[in-house]
Amino acid sequence: MAKTVLEFEKPIHDLEQKIVEMEIMSSDSNVDMKKEIKKLRKKLVEQSKKINKNLSRWQRVQLARHADRPHSLDLIELMCDSWVELHGDRLFGDDKAIVGGIARIDDQRMVLIGQQKGRTTKDNLYRNFGMPYPEGYRKALRLMKLAEKYDLPVVTLVDTIGAYPGIEAEERGQAEAIARNLFEMSRLQVPILVIVIGEGASGGALGIGVGDRLIMLENTWYSVISPEGCASILYRDADQKKKAAEAMRVTAEDLLEMGLADRIIAEPLGGAHRNYKETALTLKRVILEELKELIIIPVADRLEQRITKIENMGVWEG
Amino acid sequence: MSWFRRKDKNIQTASSEKKDIKEGLWVKCPSCRQILYKAELMQSNNVCYKCGYHFRIPASNYIEILLDTEGRQGYFQDIKPCDPLKFKAQKKYSDQLSAAQQKTGKNDAVQVIQGQINGRPVVLAVMDFSFIGGSMGSAVGELLARAADLSREKKYPLIIISASGGARMMEGAYSLMQMAKTSAKLSQLDHEKIPYISLMTDPTTGGVTASFAMLGDINMAEPGALIGFAGPRVIKQTIGADLPEGFQRAEFLLEKGFLDMIVARDDLKSKITEILEILHVQA
Ligand SMILES: [Zn+2]
Repeated sequence: MAKTVLEFEKPIHDLEQKIVEMEIMSSDSNVDMKKEIKKLRKKLVEQSKKINKNLSRWQRVQLARHADRPHSLDLIELMCDSWVELHGDRLFGDDKAIVGGIARIDDQRMVLIGQQKGRTTKDNLYRNFGMPYPEGYRKALRLMKLAEKYDLPVVTLVDTIGAYPGIEAEERGQAEAIARNLFEMSRLQVPILVIVIGEGASGGALGIGVGDRLIMLENTWYSVISPEGCASILYRDADQKKKAAEAMRVTAEDLLEMGLADRIIAEPLGGAHRNYKETALTLKRVILEELKELIIIPVADRLEQRITKIENMGVWEG
Repeated sequence: MSWFRRKDKNIQTASSEKKDIKEGLWVKCPSCRQILYKAELMQSNNVCYKCGYHFRIPASNYIEILLDTEGRQGYFQDIKPCDPLKFKAQKKYSDQLSAAQQKTGKNDAVQVIQGQINGRPVVLAVMDFSFIGGSMGSAVGELLARAADLSREKKYPLIIISASGGARMMEGAYSLMQMAKTSAKLSQLDHEKIPYISLMTDPTTGGVTASFAMLGDINMAEPGALIGFAGPRVIKQTIGADLPEGFQRAEFLLEKGFLDMIVARDDLKSKITEILEILHVQA
């Protein structure tokens, strides 16, 4: 059950509370409230659908970074029949904001890489709020090379507000690490499936985001900069983030329309944070479906398709 | 590197004017504070003849510095930027584009020229910081992609001169994807073993640094150039402390292992020639 309630989630939350209360009442007394509860459940579904339909772009952003939203490891644990986490970039250290390892879902073996946020303050400090250092990108690349060696497809889960902007990150070549990944991912011999599960901000997200297919969960966003970042630069006022989110068109639906995302995965009613299990099951089904398609394409064709897909990104004249 | 600290509060200029060379006969060097005679400065490739400070120069100057006069040919001049998101913040993106086009006389922030360096054919792509901060939108990405393709097709080495504040926010996710596009094109060039030399000038930051600028077989930079992923202001805000002196300057990057060399403007042509003579055996 959700612990953090956003303003626009209140009607859903209130209905849920009411249903719980009624269930307790009906089990404690002889009063039969089944009919009432059924009615409320129906109302809950309708209400959730209505709210979901009318969400603004900024509200989608809020859902994408909801305090209770499932993160990479939550989903990995629920999806995978086998998951062996691997650590370190073999160069400097082990970044905690990017996790990776070898995994199996049903019969499908793969390398899984995900950006990892924390939930508690302590956890968030450990994960650096999901903002990778260069060694995170280099760990990811090492694991992708491992995937290439063993002919395993790569699945990446994108969820970051950006690569960490700090002194050490610059000293160790944040820009070079991201650039290298873009370069190598564009020609990695094995399939790469990219899935945005939360936030996708700037080169920090793209650093594990080049692949054959880009898929986004329904309540996620992906753009060149966060709405706050855009607002503080172009509006000179971070409070204009709502406007910035609208202007940059950052939602999954936007990216599908822009021809950048290939598919949107519907979330459980009210958002992924209301039902981890259902989210993970849907994600699992989509991953298996997509990989099945990608794997059978001959390598040369797949790489050509990947390059063509990347080449076509953008809008220009002439 | 004293020129990054301005002690005299009386010489306050708008940030856009700070390092450009403005109208008038005289200009003050921001580094050594020497008053320089502009005509003389021009003759020294806009490098301070007292202290070596490299003033920012437009793309056309690099073309003059690097390419032989004979056999220059501009490419892809019909490629123009669009406003796919109908973007409007404080200004309309479409207005910004027209203003920049009027100011620079160019369609966007990069020019592609095929030419020769001491008789050796090359494909040269030069960014212009004065066009919306040299930011990378779809047209810039496409121009660089075509430059890489041209280089691959002709088997001529590719040289990209960067000057950019990063991605062009006004094109949203499209601008982000230009990082992937330019990098993918360079991986194709890499596969064909055609040399790519990246020259980073002041400033080269954000998505440009985190894509094609850092991917040279040879990475070089001009002295004192600001080069980084995150901008100094963002880093300062994040860590809540002052940044060390010289941080994110070319000399810093050389020390940290991300540049092969720092090359003064006057030596650029001869250095590139020397490199290409060894790396690129002409057919
Ligand atoms: Zn000087």
